[in-house]
Amino acid sequence: MEPSEKSPEIIICRCEDITAAEVRKLITKGYRTPDEVKRFSRCGMGQCQGRTCRNLVLQEISAATGQEVKDIPMATFRPPTKPVKLGLFAKARAESAAEGGGDR
Amino acid sequence: MKTADIVIIGGGINGVSIAYNLAVRGCRRVVLLERKTLASGSTGRCGAGVRMQWGTEMNCRLARDSILRFERLNQELEYDGDIEFKQGGYLILAFHQRQWEQFQKNVALQNSLGIPSRLVSPAEARRIVPHLEVGDLIGGTFCPKDGHINPFKATQAYAEAAARLGVEIRKFTETVAIGKDAAGRVQRVTLADGEVIETPVVVNAAGPYSQLVGEMAGVALPVHSERHQILVTEPVAPKQGPMVMSFAHGLYCQQTPHGSFIMGIGDPHEPRGFDTGHSWQFLEDVASKVTTMMPALKEVRVVRQWSGLYNMTPDAQPILGEIPEVPGYFVAVGFSGHGFMLAPMTGVLLAEMILGLAPTMDVSMLNVGRFARGELIREPSVV
Repeated sequence: MEPSEKSPEIIICRCEDITAAEVRKLITKGYRTPDEVKRFSRCGMGQCQGRTCRNLVLQEISAATGQEVKDIPMATFRPPTKPVKLGLFAKARAESAAEGGGDR
Repeated sequence: MKTADIVIIGGGINGVSIAYNLAVRGCRRVVLLERKTLASGSTGRCGAGVRMQWGTEMNCRLARDSILRFERLNQELEYDGDIEFKQGGYLILAFHQRQWEQFQKNVALQNSLGIPSRLVSPAEARRIVPHLEVGDLIGGTFCPKDGHINPFKATQAYAEAAARLGVEIRKFTETVAIGKDAAGRVQRVTLADGEVIETPVVVNAAGPYSQLVGEMAGVALPVHSERHQILVTEPVAPKQGPMVMSFAHGLYCQQTPHGSFIMGIGDPHEPRGFDTGHSWQFLEDVASKVTTMMPALKEVRVVRQWSGLYNMTPDAQPILGEIPEVPGYFVAVGFSGHGFMLAPMTGVLLAEMILGLAPTMDVSMLNVGRFARGELIREPSVV
């Protein structure tokens, strides 16, 4: 069985609850890069930033288009690598100001 | 050789809105060229806020009528998704007396145009946003019609409606040259792979790259691009209805219907250019300011930061219309950071200009000649 025929209700992105059917619908509509799937569905935009779904999306695109996974560009990686509280950044600024670092 | 009636350069919200508005008025041979993917430029990087609260009559009308169109966009475009319009309002804060006096004038103007904004006291501001630390706040203005829209979904809605009406949308298609005839009229565009499309009309909707698309036709547009940084947090339970905005701090912060907070802050030292990188300093800047104003946000985690480009004009107002020296060359550029929220009206007005139809609204003051004539527009309410 081709991956594209497997259970449409499978969750591809656990952070944002995006199913295989939703990803496949976008691919069918012509959104065929990982960045497009991410931006138009939010698949990979959650707390883990695509750690789990990144490869699944690549597989879905590969299955639909026949491209090899290695030839498909990855979605853009953006910092911070893991979720960080706003309060921590504010504290870092306050501490560097106290040390005379000021507003760098 | 391939021919088209109109070629639009740029697959952001303005390009697709113009394309849809041309097609729905009967234009059938419209081609839209996008260098990368839809909404991959400034549209998909923007703060996703829309507001009616402006300080000039023209901007109030443009923004008001755009929001009225956004309200029924899902239906108008028969979109199978949802543009995620959350009308939680904008709360705009005044920390200086002069700003407060300007806000009083703005609200009077807005009310005269049917915009339901109002002045609020610090206590009322706190009722609207309970986690707001009012500090030395003098007051603010609030308009419940303002809010948030998902820029990707709105772009998709327009693009898919345009495509159903026959617009040919080509992604990953870079324009490299615009050719003119002996009389200086637009005649053709040349693509990166050498293909030529003959067309009497080109529309520059290239957002932060509009100056480059201007140069292709020998047009020196008075615009430059500058980076603005932004971040988004993890989704949390709904706690903030409106966008909170302070012109004094250059700060804006809104909770989306998805639950995440989107926020950004201006940096007056940002150099001009096309850099869309991001910095650690920005994270500290915005976190310090936003957690001082709203300490409850200290516990919310940042998941992603990025940046986008404002395409700035000398008066921070867009340039709309035909370039007199190059007949057939139209621009919708220089939105200076508020192109997304005006896109519904930009599409309508550009389509009317191109097709020679009576304009829904007079925006002739936005033509490119205003800079040479010294007729700059003074909008007091920009972040």
